[in-house]
Amino acid sequence: MNVQSPVQGDTWTVAGRTFTSRLIVGTGKYKSLEENAAAVTASGAEIVTVAVRRVNVSNPNEPMLTDFIDPKKITYLPNTAGCFTADDAIRTLRLAREAGGWNLVKLEVLGEAKTLYPDMRETLRATEVLVNEGFEPMVYCVDDPIAAKQLEEAGAVAIMPLGAPIGSGLGIQNRVTIRLIVEGAKVPVLVDAGVGTASDAAEAMELGCDGVLMNTAIAEAKEPVMMARAMKAAVEAGRLAYLAGRMQKRRYADPSSPLAGLI
Amino acid sequence: MTVDHTVQVRINGEHRRVAEGISISELVSELGFDPVRVAVERNLEVVPRSTLGDAKVEDGDDFEIVRFVGGG
Repeated sequence: MNVQSPVQGDTWTVAGRTFTSRLIVGTGKYKSLEENAAAVTASGAEIVTVAVRRVNVSNPNEPMLTDFIDPKKITYLPNTAGCFTADDAIRTLRLAREAGGWNLVKLEVLGEAKTLYPDMRETLRATEVLVNEGFEPMVYCVDDPIAAKQLEEAGAVAIMPLGAPIGSGLGIQNRVTIRLIVEGAKVPVLVDAGVGTASDAAEAMELGCDGVLMNTAIAEAKEPVMMARAMKAAVEAGRLAYLAGRMQKRRYADPSSPLAGLI
Repeated sequence: MTVDHTVQVRINGEHRRVAEGISISELVSELGFDPVRVAVERNLEVVPRSTLGDAKVEDGDDFEIVRFVGGG
């Protein structure tokens, strides 16, 4: 896929794979696989997250995601969404590796259904086991710089702190901790979860994140394909603003027109 | 194993009787799935795709057959 970077040569690399698009999109909650595929195209994403689920034995002819989003063109990132223990997540990813044939995966181990907050004790344990088995896990976590550091030390290839609870659309709740994680990490940092609209995605990029992952913000928009375009533009705008370096804030006005030569 | 030459297995939580001596690859195909587009776990162990054609279905096996679906 030929993706135009907003700045020449501005790419990011995770576990040795280099990408131009800094937007990763989920493939859940869409009305149809056609709409899902159109939204992925409009978003410009080069990576999509996917889930691993049982085949429907009573209907083998159900349409497959792979018929609509070509895994040869778009990198499938298998996700452990819905797993509440390290063991379930590890089991799921072992199967995902067999289904897909690659080691790059997204780990998330949830603590409770109400908030879908990550269980960091189980997440760290699963990260250690997976790294030991040769996986390259990108890891969903709390927006805590210490937890992020521990995951990195355990071998996480990317840190993915939540901006707000999964599916909430509340936007980034703690800019300070996201920035602390960015400053402390040697691996890519991507805000995962909580983005509601384009400005939230731009904000994540302005904080210096390497990318943003979202699903519901696009899938539950009234016009998902249009929102996917908006998110693409927002991620690029936020990235450009970060690279450009924003002006300093002042407490009072500073005129833009020269005062000299006033009539 | 019974006189009708079938074995009892569990597939994605459901009991089934299948012909004795078939390979896991044949089992997956018989269910209507393409073995290269799914992943198979038998008794909690992933069965590598390269061995699906050789591995025989045994009486009492517990299979999970999965694929990629949309998700966040």
